[in-house]
Amino acid sequence: MFTSLAPPEYLAAIDHEKCIRCKRCIQNCGWGVYSWGGERILIDTSKCVKCLRCYHYCPTEAIQILDNPVRFKSNAYWSYHNIRNIKKQAETGGIPLSGMGSDLPYPILFDHLLLDACQVTNPSIDPLREPMELKTCLGKKPSSVAVERGKDGRLKLKTEMPPQIKLSMPFTFAPMSFGSISLNAQKVLAMAAKECGIIMNTGEGGLHEDLLPYKDNIMVQVASGRFGVTPDYLNAGVAVEIKIGQGAKPGIGGHLPGEKIPLQVARTRMIPVGTDALSPAPQHDIYSIEDLRQLIYAIKEATGYKKPVSVKIAAVHNVAAIASGIVRAGADIVYIDGFRGGTGAAPIIIRDHLGIPIEHAIAAVDDRLRQEGIRNEASIIAAGGIRSSADAAKAIALGADSIAIGTSALITMGCTVCGKCYTGNCSWGITTQRPELTARLDPEVFAERLINLMRAWNHELKEILGALGVNAVESLRGSRERLRGVGLDTQTLDILGVKPAGM
Amino acid sequence: MKCDLREKDISGCGLTGIINKKGKRFGGSEIKKSLCLMKDRGNGLGAGFAAYGIYPEFEDCYAFHVMYDYPSSRMEAEEYFRANYDMERIEEIPTAPVKSIVIKPLLLRYFVKPMKDKLTPGESEDDFVVRTVMRVNSGIEGAYIFSSGKNMGAFKGVGEPYDIAEFYRIEEYEGYIWTGHTRFPTNTPGWWGGAHPFTLLDWSIVHNGEISSYGINKRYLEMYGYKLTLLTDTEVVAYMLDLLVRRHGLDIRTACSVLAAPFWKDIDRMDGGPGGERDAYTALRLTYGSALLNGPFSILFGHRNGLVGLNDRIKLRPLVAATKGDFVYMGSEESAIREVCKDPGRVWAPRAGEPVIVEIER
Repeated sequence: MFTSLAPPEYLAAIDHEKCIRCKRCIQNCGWGVYSWGGERILIDTSKCVKCLRCYHYCPTEAIQILDNPVRFKSNAYWSYHNIRNIKKQAETGGIPLSGMGSDLPYPILFDHLLLDACQVTNPSIDPLREPMELKTCLGKKPSSVAVERGKDGRLKLKTEMPPQIKLSMPFTFAPMSFGSISLNAQKVLAMAAKECGIIMNTGEGGLHEDLLPYKDNIMVQVASGRFGVTPDYLNAGVAVEIKIGQGAKPGIGGHLPGEKIPLQVARTRMIPVGTDALSPAPQHDIYSIEDLRQLIYAIKEATGYKKPVSVKIAAVHNVAAIASGIVRAGADIVYIDGFRGGTGAAPIIIRDHLGIPIEHAIAAVDDRLRQEGIRNEASIIAAGGIRSSADAAKAIALGADSIAIGTSALITMGCTVCGKCYTGNCSWGITTQRPELTARLDPEVFAERLINLMRAWNHELKEILGALGVNAVESLRGSRERLRGVGLDTQTLDILGVKPAGM
Repeated sequence: MKCDLREKDISGCGLTGIINKKGKRFGGSEIKKSLCLMKDRGNGLGAGFAAYGIYPEFEDCYAFHVMYDYPSSRMEAEEYFRANYDMERIEEIPTAPVKSIVIKPLLLRYFVKPMKDKLTPGESEDDFVVRTVMRVNSGIEGAYIFSSGKNMGAFKGVGEPYDIAEFYRIEEYEGYIWTGHTRFPTNTPGWWGGAHPFTLLDWSIVHNGEISSYGINKRYLEMYGYKLTLLTDTEVVAYMLDLLVRRHGLDIRTACSVLAAPFWKDIDRMDGGPGGERDAYTALRLTYGSALLNGPFSILFGHRNGLVGLNDRIKLRPLVAATKGDFVYMGSEESAIREVCKDPGRVWAPRAGEPVIVEIER
């Protein structure tokens, strides 16, 4: 048998003294690392992805997963992964894939931005004692409002307000389709969204009927594959999103292999069982901005102008002009996905080398929409590697209306960002359709964890606002005066519209 | 995309205001006396006054008060004025020598009317004047129009309230609304333009506090063509009122509920039926979120028809109001009111975010 010349990345090791032969590791590993040898557990370490499922479920802590100390000779230019990918490509002729966002050490601007706080001249506000408002509404806003004051002194609205998505905090869950993730994982998102007063996003895989009870907290997506799109689908949620691109793989489409299309996924997507679900790179009815306008208005017609329409794009070099075009084409929301954004599957070469960071993109888009006097015409959802409430606060200060969370939400379900989502073997039951694996993800149990995370971030955001001396999130939104850059060059500061620390 | 590296001015302050509801004019001695009492609220680095009704002989003209740092700034500004305005009168603002005021800019006032043919189609005279103020203040080095209303004027500079009042001979003017301000800047550039009041057309603002939402308020105003040049967040208030009231047509009470917006919890308790107030206040908050003034403030803003006092929505700075006969008084401290009104009829502390609106009964 041919053995790969790319050594395994990880070493799974069992302390056979501690091992009680309970075989739980065999049962838990979705990758087939472990098998029973009659007397002891056998290990095929080349299959290990370091998802740590076995480690957590070993009752005697007998398992260790180590980075394989056997590496190619270290070389500052020819990295381990460069050499490894070449060897794999030489062996297979294929395109190496990965799940999740890029893990390369590009500069992380969030880590070079610091928030302000109040001292003496303006008081900070204690969020435990004073109201602190995070309520956020997404959708087109008029540039001015006409009201009339009646004889009784009461105000009456004269302007017709465009439809809004109401969020109790400035967060949404990022689109992740049924197919790329399990139905149970989608249920976790839906239950948490409902409890937290925010929304989840179906992604492009259609809407499973089990999610209908959560429809008031769901945005449905229309992507290039048009899976599961019907008039009922468009009208099911609170908003519709047209997906043009994804931060992890701008400019390319999607491919959900037939192995991940069992009956339930097939029904929801409205395709035959076991066929590959192909999402073309462009939407084949959108080859220009005017085509996009037609689709936006086709959807608005189909939904009676009652649902905001979002357009999701990857953050690419010319994102500001593209976003401006999208707003002028009639979108109510622009969803920008930075290059660190997650994915179920992307060619590594695309994921790691195309697009721009979300921080730059937010600043550029917010600036451009303001320069053109159309910032009120659409809300901005920013996504792509938001790791904490601090990242979220900084993104809001740069100009985002709300933040979409994908990877962070999956981490609450057990994900360790191992990046092997595309294999369909996720041992945590998240990015798999294998029934014995998905059954592990109890939606109620894990919804509670995701709710905990959202509550924690909610509290943290309130603390940040309080320290900034403001009591409403709209006073942070776009308020770049409250950010300072550390270790950023002048040009980057200019693009971000942020002063250096000390000024 | 360029970041504006000018620093935002931070200051604490004392303020006071008096209005005669019948529009009867009275001298500047009272406002001076009231302001001078609040010694602890200023540190001598800025004081000023605004008065309405002081130029009845030129009531149809815009009265530009301009400070110049250099003779060349004056030449450039006057060239612009002459090209665009009919000039009824040009004169130096009358001042008296005051020992403590040594360094001062050149202070001129102009009574002007815009030339009709200079207005762009659909542009009002007010719009044109706003454009002039933006152009001069951001485009001509060392020239600052610090007052641009009709039949009103602002007088301000670096110094103690008493000295500034003496310098501008405040007691010689008669107006029906007066406001005064003493300043406690913590990072002042020691610049005359940085004192209060801030004005635009006949809006005048005196402000105690720091607007913690300055960054977004400024960017919001810039979207509507306002250029913020006076290095202070108080300027934001003046321009915001101009936008909301004059350009978007909101009444003053509604504008106040944009600047100090009711909390969502209060909006949610409003009448939610069709045509109910909840819809109106929700629409205002959604549309004008970037106009919310967040952070501690008490402000008095004057305009030709009245005087308004407003606190931030959790009342982080003091504001007291009182009435006596045809007069209404507002100030940072009750003592500043009692200093000039020994026996007020009613004295109260307005609630957070609730404006005190006084209109001239004509």
